[in-house]
Amino acid sequence: MNKKDLSAEIIRISGGSPEKCMRCGKCTGACPAFDDMEVHPHQFATMIREGRVEELAAKKGLYNCMSCFACSERCPRSVEPARLIEAVRVYALRQSGGNHLAADDVPGLLDEALPQQAITSALRKYAK
Amino acid sequence: MQRIGVFVCWCGSNIAATVDVQAVSDALAREPGVVFAANYQYMCSQAGQDMIRDKIHELGLTGVVICSCSPRMHEATFRKTCEKAGLNPYMVEIANIREQVSWVHKDKAVGTEKAIVLGRAAIAKVQLNTPLIAGETPVTKRALVIGGGIAGIQTALDIADAGFPVDIVEQKPTIGGKMAQLDKTFPTLDCAACILTPKMVEAGQHENIRILSYSEVEEVHGFVGNFDVKIRRKARFVDETKCTGCGLCTEKCPMRKVPNEFNMGLDNRSAIYIPFAQAVPKVATIDPRYCMMLNSGKCGVCSKVCEAGAINYKQEDEILEEKYGAIVAATGFNPISLDKFDEFAYSRSPDVVTSLEFERLMNAAGPTGGTLLRPSDHEHPHTIVFVQCVGSRCDASAEKGKEYCSKICCMYTAKHAMLTREKYPDTEVYVFYIDVRTPGKGFDEFYRRAVEQYDVHYIKGMVGKVVPEGKKLRVQASDLLDDRQLVIDADLVVLAAAIEPDKSARPLATKLTASMDTNDFFTEAHPKLRPVESPTAGVFLSGACQGPKDIPDTVAQAGAAASKVIGLLVKDKLIGNPCVAKPDELMCNGCSSCEKVCPYGAITYEDKPLRGPNRTTVYRRVACVNPAVCQGCGACTVACPSGAMDLQGFSNRQIMAEVDAICR
Amino acid sequence: MQVNEAFTPTIVAFCCNWCSYAGADLSGNNRLSYPANVKIIRIPCSCRLNPMFVLRAFQRGADGVILCGCHPGDCHYSTGNYYARRRMTLLFSMLDYLGIERERTRVEWVSAAEGAKFAQTMNEFVETVTALGENRRLEDFRCKVR
Repeated sequence: MNKKDLSAEIIRISGGSPEKCMRCGKCTGACPAFDDMEVHPHQFATMIREGRVEELAAKKGLYNCMSCFACSERCPRSVEPARLIEAVRVYALRQSGGNHLAADDVPGLLDEALPQQAITSALRKYAK
Repeated sequence: MQRIGVFVCWCGSNIAATVDVQAVSDALAREPGVVFAANYQYMCSQAGQDMIRDKIHELGLTGVVICSCSPRMHEATFRKTCEKAGLNPYMVEIANIREQVSWVHKDKAVGTEKAIVLGRAAIAKVQLNTPLIAGETPVTKRALVIGGGIAGIQTALDIADAGFPVDIVEQKPTIGGKMAQLDKTFPTLDCAACILTPKMVEAGQHENIRILSYSEVEEVHGFVGNFDVKIRRKARFVDETKCTGCGLCTEKCPMRKVPNEFNMGLDNRSAIYIPFAQAVPKVATIDPRYCMMLNSGKCGVCSKVCEAGAINYKQEDEILEEKYGAIVAATGFNPISLDKFDEFAYSRSPDVVTSLEFERLMNAAGPTGGTLLRPSDHEHPHTIVFVQCVGSRCDASAEKGKEYCSKICCMYTAKHAMLTREKYPDTEVYVFYIDVRTPGKGFDEFYRRAVEQYDVHYIKGMVGKVVPEGKKLRVQASDLLDDRQLVIDADLVVLAAAIEPDKSARPLATKLTASMDTNDFFTEAHPKLRPVESPTAGVFLSGACQGPKDIPDTVAQAGAAASKVIGLLVKDKLIGNPCVAKPDELMCNGCSSCEKVCPYGAITYEDKPLRGPNRTTVYRRVACVNPAVCQGCGACTVACPSGAMDLQGFSNRQIMAEVDAICR
Repeated sequence: MQVNEAFTPTIVAFCCNWCSYAGADLSGNNRLSYPANVKIIRIPCSCRLNPMFVLRAFQRGADGVILCGCHPGDCHYSTGNYYARRRMTLLFSMLDYLGIERERTRVEWVSAAEGAKFAQTMNEFVETVTALGENRRLEDFRCKVR
């Protein structure tokens, strides 16, 4: 798939609207995982629109995203950066062709201190 | 049979590029009744108009069809051309082949065919046109300005200086509006009160201005030059003619827990109050929601201490009925409510304030006497964070804020930041912005001073959240240019809230039948060329009610609105629209259906003597239309069950002829 | 009903001078496109539209008729569009009784600022009427000039 088609595909599966981004940075301002990611929410929309999806998908920090959706919640322009980055992770996962977390693995990983959202977002991030 | 001349305009290449104008004029030349058809580059130009005039004289044309831009552009122009050439101006019809053909259809063949069809429709219509003579209506030489802020005051002063009486209706107890609440104004850092109060006093003392404060417009009837307006003067429970404004009542009033609107609720006032020291009129007002006497019959202190005997607990609302020739809407703006933006902790901490609240905190007449203090503990703030664009520039589908940019916030925040740094050099000031918009004269220089001279930290990024932690406010924000996330422990956070039109604007627009956009700003007649007129004739717009704007632009627009009003009031009579309803008395059976649907009350009935059988005279009740009042909407024509009522200029036969021509 | 692929319907649009005609002009100003089948007749107010005109249009061979006016509450003549709305409701009910498809007629409120809405409405309406095919029921062949 060429870069332009890949961008269009990512935008389509995400349901986000990267064209609306005005680069205000409120998403990054709200992001609790800022220090653990080398790329930040305010960059997602532009990188995807510019056809730099592969570059984005290669970043390790994507998996440190907590899927808390604070960026989407705070965005004044309905860009939905959380959905955009989710789509990129799903794409990356589909490329590597495998589940990295099966539902049966979850009970073994449970810990009283683990918040439920972490389990849900892990399943979303690591399972296809 | 008519002798019709058809003139097809190229409009340069605007029409000619996508419509074959030669083919159009050739086709229309063959229509019955057409004795001349031509095409030319610019029919509205002097040369084009001369051509029309010459052909009218040369060929004795009785009707003219122009295929050109929209009649909303040049119908008046071509009517004048024909009138000067001796042809009745209502024997002219325009076929819109630009906005509705050449600019919407790219295919030349398709566009040409449609242009021919529309030309035929216009020819069919003009075949049935009859000469019409415009009537005249008198003009009431008095203006009404609704809203007493700087916009309304300036407009009123300009109209009054031209010699016309003006009434200002203001819903608050005093004129002055938002500008009275400001401390200093950008970019000159003039004291707002110092430049506003002389104007307020001038308005209060001007022989041609009557201020109706604490009043609202209830009803508006009529039309341009002849408006009938009902104004409700709300009861202040104080006799305006007796009150001297001494303020003793406000000092003695025992109810002191009323949130003070003038200080944005940051402090309290009494139930009987004068909004601020320079109020015009300087008259006390009792707030009926909080007055103990009005609610429970106990107290009465103000009445006892008043030396002028001005208190009147029995006072009632008064309805004033007045006639005006022109109405100006100047209802102003308010900051939006921040309930959808609680990520900034506005509802959870008193130290998170809006910019207008900050303005009051800085003002010498404000709740803290001009010393900048935190509302929570009255301590000096050492770190202040300003957050821009709160509720502005949002996406409409999110329904969280406004789509537009509120225009004034970049400048007033630079002003706030600069004034803070000047007064308190030990206070750190951060401004988180998306863009810094400084388009006016001296504006960018002003902002650069804030950055360069006053060391304000402008950071391109946005605050993600504000969390109250102990005495501080933990602000988490992004710095996009340096790619970092900042955490600042601030003492005060100031939110540049979006501005929206005053809530009274929408009901007012309905009363005036003035159009508004989806953001409740009044629509102008043309966004570029007619910015101070509403599409409704006789209604003009002044100030932020038409769109967000700062004081220089407001004053400029206020003067423009005044000049339009003066241009209207200076006329002794207005040439009416002759396209009015006309009943056929022989067919009318006096059923009153038409009278019931007329929005202007233009239809009455009379007993008309008509010739009866055997040369007798019969008196029949028939409809009678007042051509001065009729605005030509045509509602009566359709309501008439016998088809007796028709509309001149848009008669039944004319419209059906257009339909026939189109469906051919 | 046969749908001819090359069929281009004749659409008569009645637009009120103050809002919808200005909205139509605005779509032209913004160079938005809609099909040329739509021919606009200017009337002072939507209340000027006599149901007779709608019937006349269908009688003469129009395939669709649309009335555009100011939004309720914004009528330049204050109450005109309310009357228009009521009349059209009754008219469409009568047309329905006559077996005329409901989609051949439409009322749309378009303000002077809604150029995009005007173009979109016309695009949709032409598409709908094209799918319905030619109006046969009310066309009076005695009136054909051809």
